[in-house]
Amino acid sequence: MLKQIEGSRAVAEAVALCRPEVICAYPISPQTHIVEALGEFVKDGTLAPCEFINVESEFAAMSVAIGSSAAGARTYTATASQGLLFMAEAVYNASGLGLPIVMTVANRAIGAPINIWNDHSDALSQRDSGWLQIFAETNQEALDLHIQAFRLAEELSLPIMVCMDGFILTHAYERVDMPTQAQVDAYLPKYEPRQVLDPAEPVSIGAMVGPEAFMEVRYLAHAKQMEALKLIPGYAAEFREVFGRDSGGLTHTYKADDAETMVVAMGSLLGTIKDVIDEMRAAGHKIGVLGITLFRPFPIAQVREALHGAQRVVVLEKSLAVGLGGILATNVRMALSALPIDVYTVVAGIGGRPITMRSLHALFREAERDDIDPVTFLDLNHDVVDKQLARERSTRRSGPAAEAILRDIGVVAAKVAQEVR
Amino acid sequence: MFQVRIHGRGGQGVVTAAEMLSVAAFEEGRHAQAFPSFGSERTGAPVVAFCRMDDREIRLREPIMAPDALIIQDPTLLHQVDVFAGIKPDGYLLINTSKSFAQLGLADFVRDRRSERLCTVPATEIALRHVGRPVPNVPLLGGFAAMSGLIRLDSVIKAINDKFSGKVAAGNVAAATEAFNIVREEIAADGQARGGQRGAFSNMGSNSHA
Repeated sequence: MLKQIEGSRAVAEAVALCRPEVICAYPISPQTHIVEALGEFVKDGTLAPCEFINVESEFAAMSVAIGSSAAGARTYTATASQGLLFMAEAVYNASGLGLPIVMTVANRAIGAPINIWNDHSDALSQRDSGWLQIFAETNQEALDLHIQAFRLAEELSLPIMVCMDGFILTHAYERVDMPTQAQVDAYLPKYEPRQVLDPAEPVSIGAMVGPEAFMEVRYLAHAKQMEALKLIPGYAAEFREVFGRDSGGLTHTYKADDAETMVVAMGSLLGTIKDVIDEMRAAGHKIGVLGITLFRPFPIAQVREALHGAQRVVVLEKSLAVGLGGILATNVRMALSALPIDVYTVVAGIGGRPITMRSLHALFREAERDDIDPVTFLDLNHDVVDKQLARERSTRRSGPAAEAILRDIGVVAAKVAQEVR
Repeated sequence: MFQVRIHGRGGQGVVTAAEMLSVAAFEEGRHAQAFPSFGSERTGAPVVAFCRMDDREIRLREPIMAPDALIIQDPTLLHQVDVFAGIKPDGYLLINTSKSFAQLGLADFVRDRRSERLCTVPATEIALRHVGRPVPNVPLLGGFAAMSGLIRLDSVIKAINDKFSGKVAAGNVAAATEAFNIVREEIAADGQARGGQRGAFSNMGSNSHA
């Protein structure tokens, strides 16, 4: 059924159709609307049987999720930003124990400086935690990926983060096709846990493992995650059969045939990139884009296949590996090792800075001329940075940098359409 | 694609207006995308929300920088925020006010623009009368329907009933309808003043992706 609703609401309705038995969460922007809606569904009885557990922190949220999942319940939670960091210890435990929890990450920057807006720093900080990570391009894909995520997580007995851009998707009203309960029931089998805490058949979960077996347990986690690369294309095909549309998969290319310049990105940014590519193609530029849907496990073979014919690759990423450059770009470089292709890292849109078509047009043209730095910061205000660096050179007690930069930039509220200039 | 930018203050329902506009466009079978400016909104602080409408899927996610239409929910923003940034030369402008453009200090701005696309409506007063609260967002949507011809009043009413129920919904329907009629009469009077010439409504596909 077609609906015009907020992205958070769409995800909440899709999660409810997956019949989770335990939902626990602690509110944090921009994730809050999702669990608020699920809380309503549990309270008014539309989602039953399900227990909605209010917890006192994100650490508690993931700890409750671990307990309920180990007890055999289909378990869901959601978080973002500092909330994800606060639960990090339990995040590693959930995957280490092999518990198929599904968690939405409404992607948001990490402080300091504190910032509530969108980028991918939060999810990518947990890229090695053992969770699978998938990124949605649209709200339709976000809701579809949640349905696929329960299936995949439970088959592998591994937890999954479904990542969607905070505010840009979570707070956007757009058209979605909401599946029926019958469709979701046909696609998503009943949860059959591999391990369960059952008083009738007691087991212990979470043994201490010494040097004699730690490597083997961790190797298994890696091997199991890599299985997802084989399972996902089949699940996406089956999804198409049941729901009648393409969603999910490992990677997607757009206008990649004969492309000399290939752009790589994840999440909602892909839409704006596609609009730019359409205009550039019309003007004769040989440019295309590769969208990464599955970030963990990283689909190395598919990325290499999609990019190997290009002369250059521009990785646009909403994250910054301080002291190195890019996170996504580093993964892409691994997929392209030994190929004679220039790979540019472009850090863009962090902390919610709008990524505009105008900036992308300029960037892609510069990249075509190989006229950009190996690590480029899109729309960086060099004047402000230089001013602060000069201040720090001239004054020992130069004070806090963020406050100084805000003073130099002036009152932002008076320039609502600041991106216009 | 047709792009609308709504300016107002926290508490005036700016984001809700953009959402409801997208629902109204959806009711007419269009693709629509509404989103806020993602600020940490506080009561009284300047707030911006956006709505795109198109006959095909909308992929673009940048803020609306060259709007086809502006809805100004609070005229005190006119000289505080650069609300007109990027507006197209033949763009639509709807301001919540009982004053004239000259009284608002906009005589220079409106001089060379298509007068049938420049409208005012006292939306706060209308809302106070029908809803009992100074929330101008919904009557302005009624006014926008009349001004642009892009969405029908019926679709605005459907969006109202989608968002509200009971007395609040009924009050908002009455407010939107009154604002619709006021703006329609305003445009008719403008047409007579210019010798019966009516402005052509904007074509949805005219400004699509390259």
